[in-house]
Amino acid sequence: MKRSHWSIPYVVFMAIFVVLPLLLVMLYAFQDESGRFTLANITRFFSDSDALGTFAVSLEVAIENTLICILLGYPAAWILANKELNRSAVTIILFIMPMWINALMRTLATAEIFNMIGIPLGKGTLLFGMVYDYLPFMIYPIYNVLAKMDRSYLEAAQDLGATPWKVFWKITVPLSMPGVTSGILMVFMPTVSTFAISEFLTNNKIKLFGTIIQENINSSMWNYGAALAFIMLIIIGITTMFSGERKEAEEALI
Amino acid sequence: MKKFFAQAYIWLLLLLLYAPLILIAIFSFTESRVLGSWTGFSTRLYANLFSGQMQESGSLLAAVENTLLIAFVSATVAMVLGTVAAVGIHNLQGRKKQAVTFLNNIPMINPDVITGVSLFLLFVFLHLSQGYLTVILAHITFGTPYVVLSVIPKLRQMNPNVYEAALDLGATPAQALRKVLVPQLRPGMISGFILAFTMSLDDFAVTFFTRGTIGLETLSTYIYADARKGGLTPELRALMTLIFLIILILLLIINVRQTKMQKVNV
Amino acid sequence: MAGEEHIIDLKHVSKRFGDKVVLDDINLYVRKGEFVTLLGPSGCGKTTTLRLISGFLAPDEGEILLDGKDISRIPPYKRPFNTVFQRYALFPHLDVYENIAFGLKLQKVPEDEIEKRVKRVLKLVSMSDYEDRDVESLSGGQQQRVAIARALVNQPKILLLDEPLAALDLKMRKDMQIELKEMHKKLGITFIYVTHDQEEALTLSDTIVVMNEGKIQQIGTPTDIYNEPVNCFVADFIGESNILKGRMLRDRRVAFIKHEFDCVDEGFGEDVPVDVVVRPEDIYFTTDPAKCQFKATVNSCTFKGVHYEMWVDTDTGYELMIQDYDPYEVGTEVMLYIDPDDIQVMRKERTRNVFEGRMVDETHVEMLGGSFECLPQDGLSAGDPVSVEVRFEAVDLLDHQEDGVIAGEVHFLLYKGDHYHLTILTDFGDHIWVDTNDIWDKGDLVGINFAQKDLKISKRNEA
Repeated sequence: MKRSHWSIPYVVFMAIFVVLPLLLVMLYAFQDESGRFTLANITRFFSDSDALGTFAVSLEVAIENTLICILLGYPAAWILANKELNRSAVTIILFIMPMWINALMRTLATAEIFNMIGIPLGKGTLLFGMVYDYLPFMIYPIYNVLAKMDRSYLEAAQDLGATPWKVFWKITVPLSMPGVTSGILMVFMPTVSTFAISEFLTNNKIKLFGTIIQENINSSMWNYGAALAFIMLIIIGITTMFSGERKEAEEALI
Repeated sequence: MKKFFAQAYIWLLLLLLYAPLILIAIFSFTESRVLGSWTGFSTRLYANLFSGQMQESGSLLAAVENTLLIAFVSATVAMVLGTVAAVGIHNLQGRKKQAVTFLNNIPMINPDVITGVSLFLLFVFLHLSQGYLTVILAHITFGTPYVVLSVIPKLRQMNPNVYEAALDLGATPAQALRKVLVPQLRPGMISGFILAFTMSLDDFAVTFFTRGTIGLETLSTYIYADARKGGLTPELRALMTLIFLIILILLLIINVRQTKMQKVNV
Repeated sequence: MAGEEHIIDLKHVSKRFGDKVVLDDINLYVRKGEFVTLLGPSGCGKTTTLRLISGFLAPDEGEILLDGKDISRIPPYKRPFNTVFQRYALFPHLDVYENIAFGLKLQKVPEDEIEKRVKRVLKLVSMSDYEDRDVESLSGGQQQRVAIARALVNQPKILLLDEPLAALDLKMRKDMQIELKEMHKKLGITFIYVTHDQEEALTLSDTIVVMNEGKIQQIGTPTDIYNEPVNCFVADFIGESNILKGRMLRDRRVAFIKHEFDCVDEGFGEDVPVDVVVRPEDIYFTTDPAKCQFKATVNSCTFKGVHYEMWVDTDTGYELMIQDYDPYEVGTEVMLYIDPDDIQVMRKERTRNVFEGRMVDETHVEMLGGSFECLPQDGLSAGDPVSVEVRFEAVDLLDHQEDGVIAGEVHFLLYKGDHYHLTILTDFGDHIWVDTNDIWDKGDLVGINFAQKDLKISKRNEA
């Protein structure tokens, strides 16, 4: 028996639990309740101003959240990876740790605080809470890439006459792009698709795309729910294609 | 000077990140129902948690048990399945390798909602009654890719001849696996297990869609239901604080051990 | 020491990876107690041969006999052989003792017996005090010794060694060569050794098997292989040599570098094109005009530690390499001669390229995966199978792959005194042989074209 055959059980498992379910999403998306082929579910989305509105808001929140996470997270990752500025492993652990704590718990804690200090729940608190939840997922992959980066590139650039500022923009930033890409993948899509979190952070005032998928499935509108999920799958396909260098991005995660 | 600003930035960010958790921890030592009103120091919430006597829902401990059980079973299966798969993928070549690697990435890229909805449709399609089994299967699905990704680097580091050397010295493939492959892959398997375990602990969306209607609650679904009813059960504050401390201690221990091992190796 | 009894026989063994043939009809035997070396450049099939013997691969065709019994389907762990792997493959989670005891423990040998045998074998490789050491803390040379000990402790019928010294530095390599040779003498086990280092092969072996491109080129003792290479590849791969185009005039008389020489070879026929090999240490300087066979001018002289290596230009325009203990200054005119014994004449493997193709139309022929323009062909029509002859000198090599009708890579090159003889491997896996004065390097990517007039086309009967 060849050792490459060892992948067979997993491939079978994945075929049943990953591929088949996604095919079912597509199947349901293009069926009406009696199982006939239809495009109605898709067209319904494009004429459903509620759903479209939610979709637009979701994208907006996701883009804003991703940008804020990059702006706040990149400098943090850079500082953490820089041995002259940070020698303590504990700070790194502190940044990673929230990733290990139940997101719902963290979200509720955040919402409770807003309540406590009397800030009304809404778009602002939603974004704030999202950044809270996802910032570690941006910092970690960028930190990982920066920490593994060969210092001799930086020294070579300096040797060739680059100022520290130039070194940063011409060497560090381009070389850390896989980490940023990976961070974007880990922040953007989950934001679009969250449910529960947005409800808690806005007191049900703002829904995100994930919520309407959940609502439709829960109220037994499987076909429309599947169609919405299918639309999301397409967006995922597009984002992953745009984020290029996927392989390196994934490696930045481990 | 530069160092000062850098440190200040880091600690400010950490303070913001941890503010909610710290407040929760502080208010876990008072009995008030709402956060923010201090009604005097008390460890009642902790006592309640351990005695199982809650003010309202007594099922919190059951939810914790379910969460741990599901996480343990699914992470264990994921570890075995993922390790075997990693060896297979490592030995695949060309297009086949790309295809299986791509397959392995799908659950990691897919947002929870998609994973949840698609598995829900699968279980409906298969007429599988939803409950523990379906939740565990779902958790294996999203946990295994992390095991694969943790084990493959160990395989790459491993001298490819080591397995053959064992066969050459008379070990059957099963003996070679047990005595040579597994000991060398163990660090990757363990970190894969831990990742799968925490992913499972952390999960809300997938469990939500696959737990069916038998009233199976995990910590996440419990909190969700609780919060929707309005306000958190106060005991949750104590529980959160405990989880927070346990994870912090675990991470610190792992880290200290790692740095020690690095020093030994250097 | 080396008995006549065969321990291993490979009979008509072939192996393919996908559609690439890595071993093509290998026939080989190993005598009991012999030190056999499989020698060749990387990709020649030597490691594949070893892995077929050790059982990590199964042959697609042919059989592998151990003491006359076919073992080609027996898994590696049931074969009485042990291997020393290229990068040792010691188990990093076990210490030195546990590594060596691994095989014995699997055989359930009693613990005290294991201990005795491990100690004995550690002594054999001079590593006695290292039992408890972590293998990763050992130097390359020490790891090597442990790897050898781990294999030997199981008392294999054959010890297989896959480039075991390749990862060591030069000094350590030399020392280990001597130790291996002594171990072989002392133990009397059969050794099958794989290397790409010809010097190592010459030093260690009783028998050398020279391989290239999945085929055995020559089997013989080190002296046979060195003194009487059967083809240009062997001559070039083993030691330094001058390989030259020549012409066998009649028995015992050969012409090359535009001079005639006496030689000892017979039976080639009269006026036959051949290749001639002369080792650089076999060209002698003389001051006696009566002895002088040809004259030359020294154009470079380099000290190589023991001898000097000189390049000379002959009066007839060829370049030759000479090794001698005495240096001659650059520019000196020298008189040279070669003993008849030292001229090795080889039959030419081929004298021109012959390709199989098919006519596309009157002025185009399709072959080698491309369509080439040719002169109008009378009597041939589209679709006719043809064979096309192209002289070595008539192949045009172009710097840019896209400028040629087809593209390829310089696969092998030989300097023949006044020109280079190249083997080009095309993108479609065909070989084209080229004589050229241009300088190319191995691995260069080239475009390939032929002038219309240089294609000699004749009808071919399809079998």
